[in-house]
Amino acid sequence: MWKFIHQLASPPHFFRLAARMLPWLVLPGLLLVGYATYAGLFLAPADYQQGDAFRIIYVHVPSAYLSMLAYMIMAVSAGIGLIWRIKLSHAVAAAAAPIGAWFTFLALATGSIWGKPMWGTWWEWGDPRLTSELIMLFLYFGYMALRGAIDDTTKADKSSAVLALVGAVNVPIIHFSVEWWSSLHQGATLVKKGGPAMDPAMLYPLLAMILGFTLLFGALLLRRVRAEVLFRERRTRWVKELILSGKGPN
Amino acid sequence: MTDENETLGIFSGMLGIARRDLLLAWKRPGDILNPLFFFAMVATLFPLAVGPSPEQLELSGPAVLWVAALLAMLLSLNSLFLSDYEDGSLDQMLVSPMPLSALALGKTLAHWLTSGLPLVLVSPVVAITFRMPFSVTGVLMLTLLLGTISLSLLGAVGAALTVGLYRGTALLSLLILPLAMPVLIFGARTVSLVASGDGVAGGLYFLGAYAVLVLSFSPFATAAALRISNE
Amino acid sequence: MTAKLTADELTLFRGERCLFQGLSFALSPGELLLLEGRNGSGKTSLMRAIAGLIELESGEIFWNGEPVRSNRQAFHGSLVWMAHRVGLKADLTLVENLKFEAHLRAQSNQDFDEVLQRLGIDRLKRLPIRSLSAGQQRRVALARMMMSRVPLWLMDEPFTNLDREGRSLVMELTTEHLDRDGMCIMAAHQDIEIGGNVQKILL
Repeated sequence: MWKFIHQLASPPHFFRLAARMLPWLVLPGLLLVGYATYAGLFLAPADYQQGDAFRIIYVHVPSAYLSMLAYMIMAVSAGIGLIWRIKLSHAVAAAAAPIGAWFTFLALATGSIWGKPMWGTWWEWGDPRLTSELIMLFLYFGYMALRGAIDDTTKADKSSAVLALVGAVNVPIIHFSVEWWSSLHQGATLVKKGGPAMDPAMLYPLLAMILGFTLLFGALLLRRVRAEVLFRERRTRWVKELILSGKGPN
Repeated sequence: MTDENETLGIFSGMLGIARRDLLLAWKRPGDILNPLFFFAMVATLFPLAVGPSPEQLELSGPAVLWVAALLAMLLSLNSLFLSDYEDGSLDQMLVSPMPLSALALGKTLAHWLTSGLPLVLVSPVVAITFRMPFSVTGVLMLTLLLGTISLSLLGAVGAALTVGLYRGTALLSLLILPLAMPVLIFGARTVSLVASGDGVAGGLYFLGAYAVLVLSFSPFATAAALRISNE
Repeated sequence: MTAKLTADELTLFRGERCLFQGLSFALSPGELLLLEGRNGSGKTSLMRAIAGLIELESGEIFWNGEPVRSNRQAFHGSLVWMAHRVGLKADLTLVENLKFEAHLRAQSNQDFDEVLQRLGIDRLKRLPIRSLSAGQQRRVALARMMMSRVPLWLMDEPFTNLDREGRSLVMELTTEHLDRDGMCIMAAHQDIEIGGNVQKILL
């Protein structure tokens, strides 16, 4: 078991292992997303309040959830890299950030699109989730900006790791603060996921979508990490052999 | 060295560097005054932009003052470690047997005394222009007191991460502002709640608890960031 | 005599470049380790790595047999670092700067004025550092070094900005330190004359 974990930290091993894992993530992921899209669009009944507009939940909720998962993965792997000095861990953090940022943006965009028919406006400050996601986007930007401002990769890894850890501590506090803040506003429409009790026909596609998104996120992350590893290890022998052997990075 | 001696030693180190920074600030009064002027000016921008209607002023007072205070703190945080980094004092701090976290905390303390505390003391003067009643001003000062402590501590981490980086100023703001949002939210809104007659204990407790939380990790995160940035 | 400071297989990367690999040495009381090499050869980086300012890729440094990694405080309490940037606050006076040092590390009971006189800067003691020339500032750094009562001196290009008198003063002080069973690591690219055992590393 320890040997497996130890091997995992070795870039060439991880590179090969990730390649083998990819199909196991992509195929089920695509299947789940496919089913969920179909079921969400056609099988789930229209919400009696919102009509068909609620269906954007199938993209909005998984995106929002993944934006937070990505941040946690980023922070945890940055922390592992910082404390145990494992370079691959830093590569995972670096790879996770842009993906997380995009999911955050997707959550914001779909939230906004959902909001237009619901609240009549493209942006509603009273909705705590939307505001939290916006702050989360800024956290991602800050992380990526700090990385970009430091030329030396090792130094960038370490600095951004400290930032990610401090941010991770603050994320729950930010959520709590925004919840409290929006609750002060009388009449704010707090968007609940489809209401107090969700019809199973609505729920199952949502769960499937969340799982599918997660698997695809995992696949995306592995691909990015592989690319990061190749770049960071570009001067090493194993990378040179890999390129010369003609198999090339896949 | 007995444990007792060691603790005393750490405090002496922390206070020693705080004293040094206060002495430095004394020799350059502009460092203290400029952020205060900035605070007053930013607070003035809003009535100028929005119009002098008294209802609007009263309503927006807490928020404007809090945003102005936050921005003024950011301004002064920039240079927290800059001169030490540039003249080699940071090297000396890193190579001293004194724990770096203690030295970082000492510097943060000095920063708060020269940036946060003056803001708290000057705020009533600016608050008057927003027609803020005295009862509300009292709460404003209290929230600023607790809030600026958190901002100094959080800002120290950001300053340590960005010291010596190209365009460090802008980057520092980008890093700190999202993290400072809970403080801003609770600070400004608690003051508004006084104006509407609601209880403020909850908000104040939050600000106090948050300050304690940040105090528990800031010196160590700042020290780690300083080591990394100085390499 | 057992070596007090030993380094085992030190390797350091700066970005992509490997500055040195598998470097080892042992330093005993009364000895001077001289780092020689062209500009950019890694002398300063090696010194900074020994001082603990830069993280090594691999390798271990031992102080009194204990790895420095696990006993940083004792190690730092036993050394003083003199770098190219002197580490003095420009706005504070000489006296104010040296008084602050006591908060960073243990100071000797040696008389302030005595040390300053020896270095020829006692008439400057109430002036802010910014009014001092670069050479005078370096002498202040030397004063700080002298007033600390630590066995290990780390000096990175200590002769910078010093006139001939200043340079011979440095060599004199170092020799005295070595005579008192002190140790010194020095990076320099000039000819130096220092009594005592001198080891050399060429980077």
